[in-house]
Amino acid sequence: MQAIRYGEHFASRLLFIPDGGKTSIFRPAGTSAHSIFGLSMLVLTITLCIFLVVASLLLYVLLRYRHRASSPEAEQEPAQIYGSTQIELSWTVIPVLIVVILFLATARVILSSEQPHEPPGALDVIVIGHQFWWEYRYPKLGIVTANELHIPVSDSGHPTPTYLTMSSADTDHSFWVPRLAGKMDLIPNKVNVMSLESQAPGLYLGQCAQYCGTQHAKMLLRVYVDTPADFAAWAAHQKQPPVEDANAALGRGIFQQNACISCHTVAGTVAAGRFGPDLTHVASRDTIASGSVINTAANIRAFVDNPAHFKPGALMPPMHLNEHDLDAVTAYLMTLK
Amino acid sequence: MATQTPTTAVLDQASAQGQRPLWLETVQDWVTTVDHKKIGIMYICYALIFLVVAGFEALLMRIQLAIPNNTFVSPQTFNRLFTMHGTTMVFFVGMPILFGFGNYLVPLMIGARDMAFPRLNAFSFWISAFGGLLLYFSYLGGDGLYGMGGAPDVGWFAYAPLTERVFSPGHSTDYWTLSILLSGIGSIGTALNIVATTISMRCPGMKLNRMPLLVWLYLVVSLMAFVVVSPLTAAQIMLMLDRYAGSHFFDTQAGGSAVLWMHFFWIFGHPEVYILVLPAFAFANEIIPVFSRKAIFGYPAMVAATVGIGFISLSVWAHHMFTVGMGAWANTFFTFATMVISVPTGIKIFNWLATLWGGRIHFTVSMMFAVGFLFQFLIAGLTGIMLSVAPFDWQLGNSYFVVAHFHYVLVGAILFMIFSAFYYWYPKMTGRMLSEKIGKWHFWLFLIGFHLTFDLMHVPGLLGMPRRVYTYEADRGWAILNMLVSSGAIFQAVASLLFVSNLVYSYFKGAIAGADPWDAWSLEWSTTSPPPPYNFAVIPTVGSRRPLWDLKHPEDPDSNYEM
Repeated sequence: MQAIRYGEHFASRLLFIPDGGKTSIFRPAGTSAHSIFGLSMLVLTITLCIFLVVASLLLYVLLRYRHRASSPEAEQEPAQIYGSTQIELSWTVIPVLIVVILFLATARVILSSEQPHEPPGALDVIVIGHQFWWEYRYPKLGIVTANELHIPVSDSGHPTPTYLTMSSADTDHSFWVPRLAGKMDLIPNKVNVMSLESQAPGLYLGQCAQYCGTQHAKMLLRVYVDTPADFAAWAAHQKQPPVEDANAALGRGIFQQNACISCHTVAGTVAAGRFGPDLTHVASRDTIASGSVINTAANIRAFVDNPAHFKPGALMPPMHLNEHDLDAVTAYLMTLK
Repeated sequence: MATQTPTTAVLDQASAQGQRPLWLETVQDWVTTVDHKKIGIMYICYALIFLVVAGFEALLMRIQLAIPNNTFVSPQTFNRLFTMHGTTMVFFVGMPILFGFGNYLVPLMIGARDMAFPRLNAFSFWISAFGGLLLYFSYLGGDGLYGMGGAPDVGWFAYAPLTERVFSPGHSTDYWTLSILLSGIGSIGTALNIVATTISMRCPGMKLNRMPLLVWLYLVVSLMAFVVVSPLTAAQIMLMLDRYAGSHFFDTQAGGSAVLWMHFFWIFGHPEVYILVLPAFAFANEIIPVFSRKAIFGYPAMVAATVGIGFISLSVWAHHMFTVGMGAWANTFFTFATMVISVPTGIKIFNWLATLWGGRIHFTVSMMFAVGFLFQFLIAGLTGIMLSVAPFDWQLGNSYFVVAHFHYVLVGAILFMIFSAFYYWYPKMTGRMLSEKIGKWHFWLFLIGFHLTFDLMHVPGLLGMPRRVYTYEADRGWAILNMLVSSGAIFQAVASLLFVSNLVYSYFKGAIAGADPWDAWSLEWSTTSPPPPYNFAVIPTVGSRRPLWDLKHPEDPDSNYEM
């Protein structure tokens, strides 16, 4: 374990570019990412050794046996050697042994991490990939949200891992939060399961890692690992019905009379579309546009006016609202805390 | 038994004495030719044109990615660029350039006068060439009915269901499908031709175990191409049926399978990497011995390793799919198969090392590129081992680390070896030497650019940057690295221009090469440079793997030692 710490430290020093590491695979903060990190250090060590041995041999040979015009034998052909069975055997057997070691170490990690046995305290989340955003549904808690995944922190005495059941509504996507776990693809007509577990509260970033269409680049991931108290408070808030602010009645009306409701849901209202993100508590999120823009009134206004302003290729069309209606709808959305 | 008919150096150049042909006659001569050498050269020229085009596409992408949140090109344009870059480089640069050298060299090296099926050869070239033109015609004709203009934008492996009509309306994807289909027909034709030629056209005395290693490797490559191009072609037809005939192979909304496409594509796609890299190994097998002045070390082991790679490469494809949820046992199997293939590959590197050992190494430009190949292929192999470790791949897969890895193979190994082959065989093809002076500039600039770009490209992948993003967030720590990666591209572009100008300049002004400028040992050097249309006035007879060594050293012929 100590060795891994040192390795971690060394790798971070070696590879970190200023302010990097928010999404570095060498700064694991989740159970799965840790086990991959351990294995990857073994692999890196072995491959580095092979490189040093072979590259120095190569360098030696190139320097030692370079043609020197001044040498007395320069014009003669060197001794011709056609091969040697013993030598061939030795450089076949040694690589085979290395492969066996690597394979056994790898198989152990694959087999242990790919057989999920869900403990009783586990949280279930259904993840559905969309062009170009993430839908999160918590069936046991009755919560539906988008783009910002909240999970409880897990401690080793009382593990509360989160099990993600993943699929896609359209094309292939891939869920990759490097500091928490390796990636898992979201494939339409197929269900994949992965577990996410972290002992360190915080915000972990990532993004879609399978090309899924025009706006693949801004399909960002945000995973909030909350303390138990924070998670309980967040869940309780999300279960509330949407705020009914009388001041926003005008905006609500415009929202409900326009095409907005064919794609978006605001729980308990006529807005029950499933094509776009659930907006019941949209104002409580830190970001909009799948993590690519900070959630402010000005940004929401610009996004509703023309989503391509932030995300060219996003499937939401420009809403063609006049300035007055835009302001009203923005005001309404900002009340949906 | 070591004596054989001296081969036919400098026979007649009488044909060169006649009147200069009219321009149109020259064109007609090339368009209607069935001569394997002319077809080979056309393959190579065609590939070079596309190399410049696809290289330019790469340059545009690197400009876009040099700084975060850049708006140099739109996401749509960027997605088309990486799709066209990948498709072009694999199908219309890599395949034709390697088939071009194969076409040119295989008959000459086995002492034959042409390929087994010269007309099929011409057909294969023209159908592949048409495929490439069709792909680029999509920039004009890809609009379709829906105004979804321009070139395909589904990525070079075109994962379903993004290619279905719901997600890719218009005709751009159809251009992609059809051009791959045509290039596949061409590849199968040429593969068939090379197999038939090596099996039935060898000169007297050239038993299978005396064939030059280059020919052995092309034989294995061609057999592989047979096996693996067919599933690709099948998948393209299935996709066409999905798009226009209402079938649902990959149409997930009607119960089709996205994973099915991945299997079809990668059972082609991974062996394809070996189809591209084995010819590079083939060049190394000829060039490294000649410039070390030694016979290749362990010929039988080299053949065995090649055949081994050919077989094992058919069982590794799903290492591209470690993250699709195939289950633990499938992942374990494909991890194992992928690791195993490193053993025969390692044997090759060790044998090249042993060939250099005790030699007198002449650092011509050709050899410098070959040395670059050795180091870079070593590194590419080791990052390949990292990626074969499925859990490590869950982190590295589809990140810039993968992009760096396969460019290390495709550029660092294959393209370096192609450059090496150009410096080595250009004199045979044209009768003139390439300039070593320009060549050295080409080598060093390209080497610097290559390492600046592709060494550093590994790091953003480790820091979480996925591939195929048209832009990225400023706060991830990827910006400086991407700027450096992009700046390396400039060195490579300049070096490539130098290379092309060297090809043109030396064609007119290069030193006269003579039949055998490198004092080499295989049959192509026994005829004139360039060889006459019939290659050899008298079909040679060989008594060993290095017939010209035997001629030059009659007192100590190879056949005394060969295992």
